[in-house]
Amino acid sequence: MGSIRTALKRGPLDAMHTAELDAKLELPARNLIPKRAASLDASGRIALFVAMAEEVQTTVTRVHSAAEVPGVVADYLAERNLPAQLVVTPDPQLDPIPWDLRPLLEIRRGRAEDGDLSGVTGCFAAVAETGTLMLISGPQSPTRNNFLPDNHIVVLRAEQVVASYEDGIDRLRLAARGSDGTWSMPRTVNYVTGPSRTGDIEQKIELGAHGPRRLHIVLIDGESGDPDKG
Amino acid sequence: MQPTSHAFKTNVHEALIDATLQKALGMMKTGFQGKRAQAVARLPEFEALRDAAKGIKNHTLEHLDFYLETFERNVTTRGGQVHWCRTPAEARETVLAICRRLGAKTVTKGKTMIAEEIALNDFLEASGIAPIETDLGEYIIQLRHEPPSHIIAPAVHLVKEQVADAFRASHTALDPKRKLEDARTMCDEARSVLRQKFLAADVGITGANFLIAETGSSVIVTNEGNGDLTQTLTKAHIVLASLEKVVPTLEDTATILRLLARSATGQEFSTYTTISTGPRRAEDTDGPGEYHVILLDNGRSAMLGTEFQDMLRCIRCAACLNHCPVYSAVGGHAYGWVYPGPMGSVLTPSLIGVEEAGNLPNASTFCGRCESVCPMKIPLPKMMRHWREREFERKLSPRPYRWGLGLWAFFARRPVLYRAATALATRVLGIAGQRHGRFRTLPLAAGWTQTRDMPAPEGRTFQSLWADKLKKNQARHEDTKR
Repeated sequence: MGSIRTALKRGPLDAMHTAELDAKLELPARNLIPKRAASLDASGRIALFVAMAEEVQTTVTRVHSAAEVPGVVADYLAERNLPAQLVVTPDPQLDPIPWDLRPLLEIRRGRAEDGDLSGVTGCFAAVAETGTLMLISGPQSPTRNNFLPDNHIVVLRAEQVVASYEDGIDRLRLAARGSDGTWSMPRTVNYVTGPSRTGDIEQKIELGAHGPRRLHIVLIDGESGDPDKG
Repeated sequence: MQPTSHAFKTNVHEALIDATLQKALGMMKTGFQGKRAQAVARLPEFEALRDAAKGIKNHTLEHLDFYLETFERNVTTRGGQVHWCRTPAEARETVLAICRRLGAKTVTKGKTMIAEEIALNDFLEASGIAPIETDLGEYIIQLRHEPPSHIIAPAVHLVKEQVADAFRASHTALDPKRKLEDARTMCDEARSVLRQKFLAADVGITGANFLIAETGSSVIVTNEGNGDLTQTLTKAHIVLASLEKVVPTLEDTATILRLLARSATGQEFSTYTTISTGPRRAEDTDGPGEYHVILLDNGRSAMLGTEFQDMLRCIRCAACLNHCPVYSAVGGHAYGWVYPGPMGSVLTPSLIGVEEAGNLPNASTFCGRCESVCPMKIPLPKMMRHWREREFERKLSPRPYRWGLGLWAFFARRPVLYRAATALATRVLGIAGQRHGRFRTLPLAAGWTQTRDMPAPEGRTFQSLWADKLKKNQARHEDTKR
């Protein structure tokens, strides 16, 4: 500290100055937000999210309700000749999914372990700006479920799609607010934009470096099919 | 690593005649530059974001004590621990103490230049702990026992045959007759070998692209997901970061993140951007049991308040490396230490001294491309020039160089003498060179004429030609007035 202050040629900041900076931290201000992520309505956000996600080799299937999820997931696995086994996070968001509709799917709810080829998680939000998923850690959403399985399937609801990173951060602050009005970060916030990749060998991009080889999103755009009413 | 920056000229000579290296550098040249240009063209707000980011970092540096204290307070509130380390030795000892206390035998590592700066791997190995690099590029060079040659693509100097050789030599449990001809196969092999290491590791060490004061968090950015497996599966997550990595808020982080991947690889956003805050919570079923942030000074506070303060805005995107004609010709190893290219030329003398690293800021033509692509608007050529000034003042530059500059300065301060001397020189050289139009050798200019001809001047200096032109224009102007 001493060397920092000496270098800046001043002593410790006075109380008024500190209070000013503290206040700015209490109510963080947004900086410039690109137009791409501004003034989008719900269907605009979803269209942008899907377009950006697909650019980075994320695949997206749209369904109208949770009841359709088991079917599209079972088909997804079958099309790729993957075993009909899934580890699904204990996330309450995923409770409404009627997995019994596809009884041949073996479901285990819990934390992913090595050897789990395919996993299903929910997510906290999705940022349309760059097709990025926002996942947060918690007792019902272990972080390793986002990284260990070869195939990561995410169930996303239309109302979770926001335009900019800042919109996602606002939602996080709200959701993580305790009864005393203060909020605290989860252990991990993962922003995921496509499947894992590397270009370390002769600049050739290969998917599936250490994280998932495939990222698939099942987007539930509302019981009525209208994203604004979902 | 032991710096070899003092041997820059020898390093460069070796690099230029290394055909494999030149082939690899050729591949690098076109990829990064084109992709960055595309990403920038796609985001109309890119320029405005550069200004915003510069403002955020400058504000933070001016109040660095406040933000670091806030950061520490918030880390501690969440159950983490901050360790203030002035020197590489202090940082190494701190890491070792944590590893020993936890009985760690293997440590997985995400990419961190700070670990290179403090020479952590050798130290851990000497202490009986095995560090395992998990970023594919870092893993490859670890197998080859060499340092990284680029700050985000450590193995960019290699061709795939060299990678295959390294894998064959190290992955001895696998069938020696297996084919390793393409990147896909090698990637898959690394994935399965390293997956076992991730699961077995006791401690995970990552760097930090940013430290967020508001929340006491660290941010890492990867495309592979190795940094995430490193920190989630182990007993402790140790973050190595230098002081200047701190930014005030989550929003400020988002602003700078918009510039980072676009400047580095031309991606809209890196595949995995992760914000880590503290150890696992009581109710969590995964996550590290401990969270430590090692805050390293190692010369950063000494850069504050000096003409080199702007260098502390660097976010380690490597755009300057990717656009530098010198770096593209010789690669990163020639620079002799952890940080190559333009940013390395400015930072390295600050960290290891201008006596050792003085060659680096001299290896530039000041073309200025680095500054033009720097997302944080760091005036790199200006700071390289400051280093040259400091070298000159301390008489570190070679004597003929100093005499030559001194002589030129003598004339440059006396314009009449300057004009007379140059007029004479151009006249003489003009006459001497009349026959061939160029000189194959010139006394006192062997450094130039050894590898190229010097064109013969045409007999008059630019200043005298320009004076004539002005006179002619003046005369013409007066004619038209009449």
